[in-house]
Amino acid sequence: MSKSAHIGPSTSTQNCFHCGESCKDEILHFDDKDFCCTGCKLVYEVLSENDLCNYYDIAEKPGSSQKNTSKRDNRFDYLNDEDIVRRLVDFQNEEETHITFNVPLIHCASCIWLLENLHKLNEGVVSGRVDFIKKKVQVKFKQRKISLKDLVQLLSKIGYEPTINLADADKKTVQVTDKKLIYKLAVAGFCFGNMMLFSLPEYFAEAELLGNGFKKTFNYLNVLLSLPVFFYAATDYYKSAWISVRNKAVNMDVPIAIGIVTLFSYSLYDIFLLGNEGYMDTLGGLLFFLLIGKYYQQKTYDTLSFDRDYKSYFPIAVTKLIADREEVIPLVKLHVGDLIKVRNEELIPSDSILLEGDANIDYSFVTGEEVPVIKKKGELIYAGGRQKGNAITLAVQKSPSQGYLTDLWNSEAFEKEKTKGLESLANTISGKFTFTVLFIALAALVYWISQGQVSLGVLSFTSVLIITCPCALAMSTPFTLGNTLRVLGQGKFYLKNAHAIEKLAKTDTVVFDKTGTLTSPSQARVTYVGEELSQESKALIKAMVSQSTHALSNRINTWLGETNAAGLQLVEELPGKGLRCDYKMQEIRLGSATFVGADLQDLPEGGNLVFFAIEGHVLGYFFIQSGLRNNVRQLVADISENRSIHLLSGDQDHERENLQKVFGKDVKMNFSQSPKDKLQYLKSLNEGGAYTLMVGDGLNDAGALQESHIGIAITDKVSNFSPASDAIMDASVLERLPAFLQFAKTSRKIIKASFGLSFTYNTVGVFFAVQGLVSPVFCAILMPISSISVVVFTTVTTNYLAYKRGLKDKIF
Amino acid sequence: MEVIFILIAISLILAGSFLFLFFRAMKGGQFEDNHTPAIRILFENKQSNKSKKVPTPKSK
Repeated sequence: MSKSAHIGPSTSTQNCFHCGESCKDEILHFDDKDFCCTGCKLVYEVLSENDLCNYYDIAEKPGSSQKNTSKRDNRFDYLNDEDIVRRLVDFQNEEETHITFNVPLIHCASCIWLLENLHKLNEGVVSGRVDFIKKKVQVKFKQRKISLKDLVQLLSKIGYEPTINLADADKKTVQVTDKKLIYKLAVAGFCFGNMMLFSLPEYFAEAELLGNGFKKTFNYLNVLLSLPVFFYAATDYYKSAWISVRNKAVNMDVPIAIGIVTLFSYSLYDIFLLGNEGYMDTLGGLLFFLLIGKYYQQKTYDTLSFDRDYKSYFPIAVTKLIADREEVIPLVKLHVGDLIKVRNEELIPSDSILLEGDANIDYSFVTGEEVPVIKKKGELIYAGGRQKGNAITLAVQKSPSQGYLTDLWNSEAFEKEKTKGLESLANTISGKFTFTVLFIALAALVYWISQGQVSLGVLSFTSVLIITCPCALAMSTPFTLGNTLRVLGQGKFYLKNAHAIEKLAKTDTVVFDKTGTLTSPSQARVTYVGEELSQESKALIKAMVSQSTHALSNRINTWLGETNAAGLQLVEELPGKGLRCDYKMQEIRLGSATFVGADLQDLPEGGNLVFFAIEGHVLGYFFIQSGLRNNVRQLVADISENRSIHLLSGDQDHERENLQKVFGKDVKMNFSQSPKDKLQYLKSLNEGGAYTLMVGDGLNDAGALQESHIGIAITDKVSNFSPASDAIMDASVLERLPAFLQFAKTSRKIIKASFGLSFTYNTVGVFFAVQGLVSPVFCAILMPISSISVVVFTTVTTNYLAYKRGLKDKIF
Repeated sequence: MEVIFILIAISLILAGSFLFLFFRAMKGGQFEDNHTPAIRILFENKQSNKSKKVPTPKSK
C-alpha cells in the first residue's frame, strides 16, 4: 500500500473539527464542519447521532487523529474466545461483566465525559468510570446485550481503542501491601491521639481533683487502646525482627521490637500491679511516628511502571492463516510451524521466517534504533519488531516465549528477588547497637541487684530498653531516603523504591547500552556526499522528506533546516525502499541504493545511506549516523573520575574508533552483544566483585538491567514503554547522572549525621535510665522531641543540599 | 464530675466511628483516584440544549 499525498503551494490552514490537526491532505465537509480524514468524520457522526456533541464543548478539539488507525474489522476476533475473555475481565456474573481497559488516548476532560457516557451509545453498557491519571476506564456492561468484542469495537469507533496486550491476560496482582500500611497508620494515629488525652491528667497536679477513680479508669482505657497498637499496628516489626533473628542477623527492627515488647509488658505490670500510669502513650506515639516514617519512604509514581516485561508489549492475539483463511487466535495458542500474517504497525510475535511480502521491521522498542531494518524472503525475523508497510506472511519458528529476545525472561536472573548485596546502612549498625543496649541494661540490672535493690534494678533494666528504643534512629533512614526520592523525582529521575538510593551510592561500575541510551535519534549526524545540491534540489528534497514519516526522512528534514519546500503534486512512499516523485517531467528518487540504482564503491560504514537520484542519475548520498546525546562526553568524563565505565552494544564495531575518541581509552567496549550476552556480561562483572549500575533503554537490555545491582531505564517520554528496572530516567537528564549518584552518596552522609544526633539523645536517656530516674513524663517528652528533631534535621539538610547543588529550584 | 464518664464514652465512640468511616472510604477506593473526580464534578448534566432531539430519560 503506497501512501500518496497531495500538497500544493496553497495548503489551507483548515483544522479538523474532531482532532484539531491541520487538514493538509484532504478536507471533508460534514454538517458545516471540516474533518481531516474519514475516521474523524465517522467519530463525529456517531457522536452527533447519539446527541453526544457535548464532547466538543468541554475541551478544545478533544479528539485524536484517526488517520493511522487500522480499520480492519476482524482484529478483535480473539475476544470471542471465552478463555481470553475470562482472563481479561475483573468480574463477571450472570447479568453483568466488569472490565478495566487501558486507554492511552485519554488526555482531556472531554475524554472522561464521553467514556463515562458510554451508556448513551449502547444500552448494554451500564456505566463507565475513568481513572484519568492511570489512563484506565472501567466499564460495566450486560454481556447479553453487548459482547466484549462489540464493546471494544464501539470504543474503537469513537476513537478510544483500548490497548490489550499479553500482560493483561495474566492474573492481575492487586497491590494490597501499601494499603495495609495506611490502615495500620490510621489505627496507630487513632489510638495515640486518644491515649494522649487520657494520659494528660497524669501530667498535671490539678488532675488530683478528679479523684483516684478517674486515674484508674484512664489507665485502663489506655491499656484498652494500646491493644490494637500492640497486636495490629506493630505486627510488621515483630515479623521482620523474627525473620532477621532466624537468619542470625540483627536488623533495625530487632531493637524496635524489643523496645515495643518491653514498653508494653512493663506498662501492663506498672498499671495492674503497681497501680501507676505506665508508658502506653509513649508506645502509641512510637508506633505512630515509625509508621509515618515507613509511609513517607514509599513514593509511588502512578503513571510509571517499573516491572514491565515483553508481555506488556506483545499483542494478545495474532492472525493465523489456515489454508488461505484468516483466523484471529490468542497468542498462547500459537504453535511452531503456524503461518501468520502481520500487517502494517503490527508486532512480530515470535521468531519466524519471512515467506511473503516486504518486511521492513522497526526494532526501536527492542534496540532503541529507530531506522527500520529490511529483511528478505527466507530470512529469520526476531520477535519484538514492528512491521512498517504491507502485510507480510511468516512461518513461526519458535513459540513466543522461547524466542531470541523473549528467552531472556526464562533466565534465572528473573527468578530471584533483587535484594542481593544490599546491606543497608541502618542494618549494619543495628547489630552493634542492640548488643550495646542489652549490655548496658544488663549491667544496670546486675549493679542494682548487687546493691540489694531488686525493684530498682528491674526498673533501670526496662528503662534502658524503653529509652533506647531506636525511634529516632529508625526514622532517620526513611525520612532521608524519602526526601532524596522526591528530590530525584523532581529531577525526572524516578526510583522504584528507597533501597535504590543506597544501591546508587554504592555503585563503582557503570555499564551503558549504546543505541538509544547514549545515542539519540534526535542527535543524528547527517553528511551529504556528492555533487553539490542546488537550492532547487534542496527545496525538492525538503518537499519529499516532509511527506514521509520514516526516521531517515525526519533526519534529513532536520538537516535541511529552514529550506522552503518546493511545490510537489505527488510523493509516493514505497516502504523499505524510498520516496519517488515527478518534478518538471523528471523522475526523482530518494532512497536505498537498489531503489535508485546506485552502484558506488567505497561507501562509508556505520550508518545509513540515502541516495538522491534524478532520472536514474545518482547525484549523491546522505550519510546518516546516530549521534551522541548532548554532553555525553562530559557525562563519561565525570563518571570515569571514580568509577569504571563499560559500554555494551548490539551493533557491529565499526563505530569503535569514533567512540574511543569520545570516551577515551579507559572505557571497555563490547560490540555485537546479544540480549543474553549483555546479561552474562553483567553477571561476570558482579561475580568479579563489582557493584554495577546498568543504563539501558530497550527490551534487549532487560536482562542486563535485571542482573545489575541497579538498572536504570532511559526513556524519551516517561509514560512510554520502558523495560523492568529499578529506576526510570528521562533521557533529557542523562547528563546529570553523576550529580544524582553524588547526591545518593550525600544522602548516606545525612543518614550518618542524623544517626549521630539520635545517639546523643540515647546517651542522655541512658544516663538517666541506668539510675532508674526515667518517668513516663520524661519518656513522653524525650521521645517525640528526638523523633521530630531528627525528621526536621534530615528534611532540611536534604532539601537544602539539593537546592545548593542545583537539583531543585527552591528549598521547599 | 461523673459526667466525664459519659463524655469519654461519647468521644471514643465518635473517634471510633471516624476511624471506621475512614476504613470504609479506603476500601471503597475513594483514595485511589484523586484527580478524575475533580474534573468530573464540572460536567453539567444538561439534557442537550441543542433541541435536536427530545431529551432522553436519564439514567442514574
